[in-house]
Amino acid sequence: MLKHTLLASGIAMMLGQPLSAAAADNAELRQIRDEIQQMKESYEARIQALEARLKQAESAAGEAQSMARKADEKADQVATAPQPAAPSNPNAFNPEISLILSGIYANLSKDPADYRITGFMPGGEIGPGSRGLSLTESELGVYANIDPNFYGGLNFALASDNTTSVEEAFVQTIGLSQGLSVKAGRFFSGIGYLNAQHAHTWDFVDNPLAYQAFLGTQLGEDGVQVKWLAPTETFVEMGAEIGRGKNFPGSNRDKNGAGAGAIFAHAGGDVGTSHSWRAGLSYLRTSPQNRQYADTDLAGTAITNAFNGTSKLWIADFVWKWAPLGNPVYSNFKLQGEYFRRTEDGSVTYAVGPVTDAYASTQSGAYLQGIYQFLPRWRVGLRRDQLDAGSVDYGLNNVHLARPAYEPSKNSLMFDYNPSEFSRIRLQMAQDKSRQGVTDNQLFLQYQMSLGAHGAHLF
Amino acid sequence: MKMLVKVLTILLLIGGTLPARAALNVLACEPEWGALARELGGDKVSVSDATTALQDPHRIQARPSLIARARSADLLACTGSELEIGWLPILLRQSGNDKIQPGKPGNFEAASFVQKLEVPTRLDRAEGDVHPGGNPHIQTDPRNIARVADALARRLAEVDAGNAAYYQARHKAFSERWNAAMQRWEKQAAPLRGMAIAVQHKGFPYLENWLGLHEVATLEPKPGVEPSSSHLGEVLALLQRQPAKMVIRAAYNDGRASEWLAERAKIPAVVLPFTVGGTDQAKDLFSLFDDTVQRLLDAAK
Repeated sequence: MLKHTLLASGIAMMLGQPLSAAAADNAELRQIRDEIQQMKESYEARIQALEARLKQAESAAGEAQSMARKADEKADQVATAPQPAAPSNPNAFNPEISLILSGIYANLSKDPADYRITGFMPGGEIGPGSRGLSLTESELGVYANIDPNFYGGLNFALASDNTTSVEEAFVQTIGLSQGLSVKAGRFFSGIGYLNAQHAHTWDFVDNPLAYQAFLGTQLGEDGVQVKWLAPTETFVEMGAEIGRGKNFPGSNRDKNGAGAGAIFAHAGGDVGTSHSWRAGLSYLRTSPQNRQYADTDLAGTAITNAFNGTSKLWIADFVWKWAPLGNPVYSNFKLQGEYFRRTEDGSVTYAVGPVTDAYASTQSGAYLQGIYQFLPRWRVGLRRDQLDAGSVDYGLNNVHLARPAYEPSKNSLMFDYNPSEFSRIRLQMAQDKSRQGVTDNQLFLQYQMSLGAHGAHLF
Repeated sequence: MKMLVKVLTILLLIGGTLPARAALNVLACEPEWGALARELGGDKVSVSDATTALQDPHRIQARPSLIARARSADLLACTGSELEIGWLPILLRQSGNDKIQPGKPGNFEAASFVQKLEVPTRLDRAEGDVHPGGNPHIQTDPRNIARVADALARRLAEVDAGNAAYYQARHKAFSERWNAAMQRWEKQAAPLRGMAIAVQHKGFPYLENWLGLHEVATLEPKPGVEPSSSHLGEVLALLQRQPAKMVIRAAYNDGRASEWLAERAKIPAVVLPFTVGGTDQAKDLFSLFDDTVQRLLDAAK
């Protein structure tokens, strides 16, 4: 601006002077011209000087500005001040709370009221549930570290018939070393592969037939569990449990000692970066007393019999997982299978009479399933269930009770869509041949959503 | 019961015959902290990385092999800020190892030593996979690496006091080399200042902050939610109004979304190593940033 004003006034002078001196003589004119020339030169010099000074000032200001900006950036980026501590708040110690919401539509071609697994004494929760729309178990979980030594939590299951049950309520050590951990309270037994997993992590709507037949779907135990992890590169874990043995295949009893004992060992590892596996062997021994069950005798009468004795169950399990380069996000595959073998010895009381006599059985079952995530949010799975009623001897009661040579089986196919890690919508179709001579075609549509804190999942 | 005792005895015998390892066992949740532990710990540490650069650190399965490694770790070096929330708690609880539990010196969380960006003001799962403590991908800014190095060196000296002087000396040497390298990278990357970029996952705020990059679009509609075709269409329209020079993704991200976008927006799709091992060139922390800066410069040409 300054530069332009000076220049303009200089030009005005140059133009103005000769006009006003039009009448003067030549000498005078020359003198004036010289003076103008001098003035012009002096103005030009001064203008140039001013211009230079202006330029300097401008660049200095620019530098100062850019330095200031850099300093600002540095200050922004270098701020290493410790993070502001969370304000004191008693709620900050609140445990993780998680809620699982689930609902289902079931279309069953056969009446679920008649459901049974032919040749197997029923116990626990079995069957495909009710027809039509219903709520499945909602789970409310509350978990936290108790202190540096213990972790604990509670898991409520709220059933659709408005009953509440405590699925888990346990404390567990975290402060022990040497690979040891101890858990006490009510917990899912560590036997097998699927038993310790919560229903919302299952890959199908229901647990395999073998779990239903041998463990009443899932074995929860009130007791103490000790686990030891070997200091080896291959994962080797051993565990032992003693428990009340109240749940199937055990029964509640009035006794000071333990009603159930289990031992299990698991091994696992990686093969390359894309494959991982785990395999295990478990043994469960329970001593049920007066374990009552509904049955129909050969005369067609509905009766309630009872078993007393010892039940021994062996489970062999394996799971193999594939994820390209160990990244399961885009696609992955899981193959898992378990084999069950149970022997029961003791006596059965046949309700009509009643007649009590020796009982011995050896029964087995297995399932094999594969789950393939073919796109980031989509999975497809196939499961084959197969049971063998095996050898059953009721002694004197053989004349009253059926001993069918039947192999219950079931095929299930499922698709699920997982909009996020916290939500899942599943379609499952199954052909269930649990009942001799009956094929139940089942169709399920289910949602499972998880809100609040969502704990990490087991392998 | 008898059998269990027998098996336990056999295993203890096997355990007893294994050569006792003198080195400090460090289990690093992510490769960058493994690399840092190697820089600072030299031959006094034996470092194992729980994940690779080609795995999404948010979604790792708590594999038996990881539990076994957590069992024998003396020091756990992780990012924290809930990056490992989906798998690390299982490792901790099943490890039977008190040394690495939260609150113990053996549990090192790198993110607690740096100023975090993108700390959410609103915690709602409707916002996707947000981290309450702020964005956990702190390793893309070398100044954060320097800060974590200070803290990790102190922690190594605390956990393994006998070698404290050794760790201090290595830390000093590392810091000198690191500071020199940072000056070099900043000089090389000067032309990138102010450059507009699009990113696949919100994994680069610290890199952007360091180099002065300007993020104009994110391919994931919400953090951790895979890009959908409708959202990609919106991003493409946005880029036509507000062009970006390139679209950036981490080595573990699936490339389809950013390749699709890059082709239509006619800009290069750039894979950054994100951590050590993410590209063939990123072999250690130094080459990680050499390669990151080089890839950005190449794409900006």
